[in-house]
Amino acid sequence: MAALNQFFAIYGSLVNFIGINALLALSLYLTLSAGQLSLGNAAFAGIGGYTAGILTMKCGVPFLVSVAAGSLLAGVVGLVLGLPVLRLRGVFLAIATLAFGEVVRIVVLNLDITGGAQGLVGIPNITTTWGIYLALAVSGYAIARLRYSRVGWCFESIREDETAAETMGINTTYYKTLAFTLGAVLAGFTGALYAHLNYIITPGEFGFSVALDLLIYNIVGGIRVWYGPVLGAALLTALPEILRGTGLTAGPIRMAINGLILLLVILFLPNGLASLFERGGRGKPTAFGAAVSEEA
Amino acid sequence: MLLEVNEVTRTFGGVNALDGISLAVEKGGVHGLIGPNGAGKTTLINVLSGIIAPSSGRVFFDGSPVHAMPAHRLAARGVARTFQNVRLFPAMTCLENVIAGQHLVAPRPFLPILFCLPSARREEAGYGQEAMACLRRVGLADRVHVPAKALSYGERRRLEIARALASRPRLLLLDEPVAGMRQKGVRQVGSLIQSLAAEGMTILLIEHNMSFVMGLCSTITVLNFGRTLITGSPDEVSRCPEVIEAYLGVSEHHA
Repeated sequence: MAALNQFFAIYGSLVNFIGINALLALSLYLTLSAGQLSLGNAAFAGIGGYTAGILTMKCGVPFLVSVAAGSLLAGVVGLVLGLPVLRLRGVFLAIATLAFGEVVRIVVLNLDITGGAQGLVGIPNITTTWGIYLALAVSGYAIARLRYSRVGWCFESIREDETAAETMGINTTYYKTLAFTLGAVLAGFTGALYAHLNYIITPGEFGFSVALDLLIYNIVGGIRVWYGPVLGAALLTALPEILRGTGLTAGPIRMAINGLILLLVILFLPNGLASLFERGGRGKPTAFGAAVSEEA
Repeated sequence: MLLEVNEVTRTFGGVNALDGISLAVEKGGVHGLIGPNGAGKTTLINVLSGIIAPSSGRVFFDGSPVHAMPAHRLAARGVARTFQNVRLFPAMTCLENVIAGQHLVAPRPFLPILFCLPSARREEAGYGQEAMACLRRVGLADRVHVPAKALSYGERRRLEIARALASRPRLLLLDEPVAGMRQKGVRQVGSLIQSLAAEGMTILLIEHNMSFVMGLCSTITVLNFGRTLITGSPDEVSRCPEVIEAYLGVSEHHA
């Protein structure tokens, strides 16, 4: 017990960061699972974080209500942004969300209510480690089950071949917008948790580099199964600490090793680290594994 | 008539890919669509399945106008199709491809699946059986858990038909279902199409394999340069001089 306490005293904030990054990576995973590349999930986290932080600090709203409000607003913004863009195919969503992220950052930087460049300071410290990991467990499980619902099959079909999906009766615009909006809600939710973790949030924490990190977590971890992005986020978030443990100091070396890991994964594990954990046989074809047997 | 095409045109830039096509497809029949390359066959199938909209003209499916509908709404009416350049879900297994094809017939609601309710388990088992039946029907029962990208060319074509069948369509549009297949595969697909038609499904197919088309179709429509040359029985079509001319050309001193 004492050892555990000591571990938490040293690595508590790292453990929290891993949980937060894993949740954000999952939010992007939702969008990616329908084949849509979003570079706006960091900005959605910012919207959720600032909304919840302001509500808690300046309006005295209870924690859970402000978290819900932050998630909801991020979702609504996602829906409004996604509807026109997702009628199109291809890279338009990536470009639109990239621009959107910058707009959010600049707006937050220039508003008074968000505290400008200094950030929003003095948010009550309410989020706990177990709260983060409870959220991670629930969203991970829900996303894993979603895979076998009609919505999940639609996402997969659209990712594999949008035209074929359309001719099977899938309203691709609807489901693409759904995937994007669900991702925005989860990102907003995570941002709201994060805002109540460290007393302060600043615009830079929700910038383009974070959006890109989320994508790298997904690629390194693997985008075929729900635990892929969690693995990727855990490994790459803990990497500086691991390197410090082996005597390498953080800094430029960290960036180089980050890049090296990304390169090795792309070359040798196209389905990410998660493919190391897959059993020999094929993945479960249905929601309940053995529901279908070959000689049936 | 299950399907009626009325003066449909489709232009791409200045080219009239379809130039006033009219045809009617009878319920429960196997209707062949033939013609030289560039005649507009695939364009017509694309219009009929809602992938592209006609520039003008009307299409009626089961009596109601469908020419302005997007593909997914046409699919909901009961139109399924395959593609000339097979479009499967490559990373999914055969079974998963067919399960994905059940979109219109299997609601698979999220909450019962989330809580692993027995009702969801029962329903899923039923859908699984149905998917297996589709695979068995096209002769892929031994390839259930093989990813689609690992299949041979002929198997891919058959899997695509199985996926189309999963939505229990009323009209099945097949774009060159036996292209590049060997004799055995051609015969398999032929008898599959016959048995589907015997159950009341309507089939409209494009194919260049003439013995296949002549042996299978009750009615054949010949297209050339975006126009209908003739619609008739295989006999009538093979005796029609314009068809012979379209396929073989006409020698100068006879012209």
